[in-house]
Amino acid sequence: MRYIDGAVRDFKNLDLLATGETAIHRLDARAKVIVTLVFIISVVSFNKYELTALFPFFIYPAVMMALGNLPAGYMAGKIVFVLPFALAVAIFNPLFDQQVMIQLGPFGISGGWISCASVVVRSILTVGAAIILVGLTGFPGICKALEQLGMPQVFAVQLLFLYRYIFVLTEEGGRASRARELRSFGEKGLSLASYTSLISHLLLRTWQRAERIHMAMLARGFTGEFHTGQPKQFGGRELFFVIVWSAIFIALRLQNIPQLIGTIVMRMLS
Amino acid sequence: MHMSDALLSPTVGVAMWAVAAGTIAYCSSKVRKELDDRKIPLMGVLGAFIFAAQMINFTIPATGSSGHLGGGLILAILLGPYAAFLTISSVLVVQALFFADGGLLALGCNIFNLGFFPAFIAYPFIYKKIIGHKPTPAKLSVASVVAAVIGMQMGALGVVLETVSSGISSLPFSSFVILMQPIHLAIGIVEGLVTAAVVSFVYNARPEILQSALEARPIGNHPVKNVVLAFLAVALITGGIVSLFASENPDGLEWSITRVTGMKELKGAQEGLHGPLSSLQERISFLPDYTFRKQVEVKPEAVGNQSSHAIMGETKPEDKKTEVNKLGTSVAGIVGGLLSLGVSFLSGFLLKKRIHSD
Repeated sequence: MRYIDGAVRDFKNLDLLATGETAIHRLDARAKVIVTLVFIISVVSFNKYELTALFPFFIYPAVMMALGNLPAGYMAGKIVFVLPFALAVAIFNPLFDQQVMIQLGPFGISGGWISCASVVVRSILTVGAAIILVGLTGFPGICKALEQLGMPQVFAVQLLFLYRYIFVLTEEGGRASRARELRSFGEKGLSLASYTSLISHLLLRTWQRAERIHMAMLARGFTGEFHTGQPKQFGGRELFFVIVWSAIFIALRLQNIPQLIGTIVMRMLS
Repeated sequence: MHMSDALLSPTVGVAMWAVAAGTIAYCSSKVRKELDDRKIPLMGVLGAFIFAAQMINFTIPATGSSGHLGGGLILAILLGPYAAFLTISSVLVVQALFFADGGLLALGCNIFNLGFFPAFIAYPFIYKKIIGHKPTPAKLSVASVVAAVIGMQMGALGVVLETVSSGISSLPFSSFVILMQPIHLAIGIVEGLVTAAVVSFVYNARPEILQSALEARPIGNHPVKNVVLAFLAVALITGGIVSLFASENPDGLEWSITRVTGMKELKGAQEGLHGPLSSLQERISFLPDYTFRKQVEVKPEAVGNQSSHAIMGETKPEDKKTEVNKLGTSVAGIVGGLLSLGVSFLSGFLLKKRIHSD
């Protein structure tokens, strides 16, 4: 139960971040969606053994979180929470790939460990980019942007409907689940039988709710479109934002900056 | 079951995005043509229901673990394949954005694995075939369990194929399959039992819901089978073209350098500052080998002289060696990496401080 409350609260918190009023929040959502996609593709297009060249990419989450005034601790918590999913598969890399690739004095590091570490860094970067996008844009903004970029309208309406009713139904499900847990001592009563009857009742109530919503929509003259706020323009600021970040990502992708810095530093030291 | 971006290559990610986007566009036009505007709120609210249902757990007898509803098959049973596919996709979009459950690039893969198989394979070819025209409680249960298990097995196989062809994980295909399929057999059975119980309940309480879903026919003369075949063809072709393009290009270049010069890479002066700068130029002038695994085909007739034979014959160690070189004569790479990591965080920190002090 605590899990459901926590998940709903977490969801609301992330949603509330998008109500911020910084210059980054005010940018047209399309610009942020495009930059996020360029960022993710640049990060995942690296060789599986690439580790250090990924590090400069942290400039993007760091700068965006600073400009958008997003809480670093909260974001880090969300990223750490999902790391185990990627790690569950990547942890097999050291087992299957044992050839030593780096010799640091007496220690040999195998290719498997390097690629495993690379997966962790990739995870942090890609997950971070997605959460930052939501925190800076908000779900309705992202839907609008995707629709303007060519997503079918039916699907956009579906996404917005889903978004509006998630809060209602998760709270309803949470209440039902709490009632069941309070009536069941220990593990008793949490069986499949009570679960299916609970879920089925929730489903029937959901169905009736949909019928009521449909009536209300007809009464209000719904034409298959949601109207959200005043439309934003894709202007010079957006163009600048997209071009600068894309140029940085592509430059970082083509040139291994850490390698260059490291070589120069080592030359200067020796 | 959700795949993450970190284990995906851009080729696989983009190809699956194209497939998912095409299917969403097709399903959207189908749903729009059905002209049943009761379905619009129903899809949205049922999507939200799936969220709520996934948060509630039950204890699986004799194992001590807990399970929950996945939801793909039950949506297909209640809404029909097209509307169900859109609803599952929308649930996955929200999961990717708000819960970071599966990445944004991996969204195409996840929509395909968790949406396409239950909606377009398990529902029309297994569930509907078993149910026939007159549903009975026994038929409903058997159909739900069998369809859920098969849908889940296909989804799991999809995850394996997409991960292995991305090449980021070192897990060999056979080990990964042996790992994934049995786990998802168990998950599929649980999913099937829950789906069967919920469907039977709905059938007893409001039989007209299931009846109307069963009778709904797609408009036009395009049975689902044609749709499935068309999308499989599109997926194979896109995947094939994109991966051919992506893996041949750098390979071909490197291979021809080997052939022309008889050595692995063109060597320049490595002294002083010229080393790093020439490497800068080299990197800007053409893409350093992409993430794709290098597979130099060894054909006897292609091997001209003895020296190139020596190079071509031992691709494996050579590959490793170039990887090592690229990783960056180790220490320099690590030093520079840590420096740039520090600079990234510091710039964010300073920026935040400056904005706050304003």
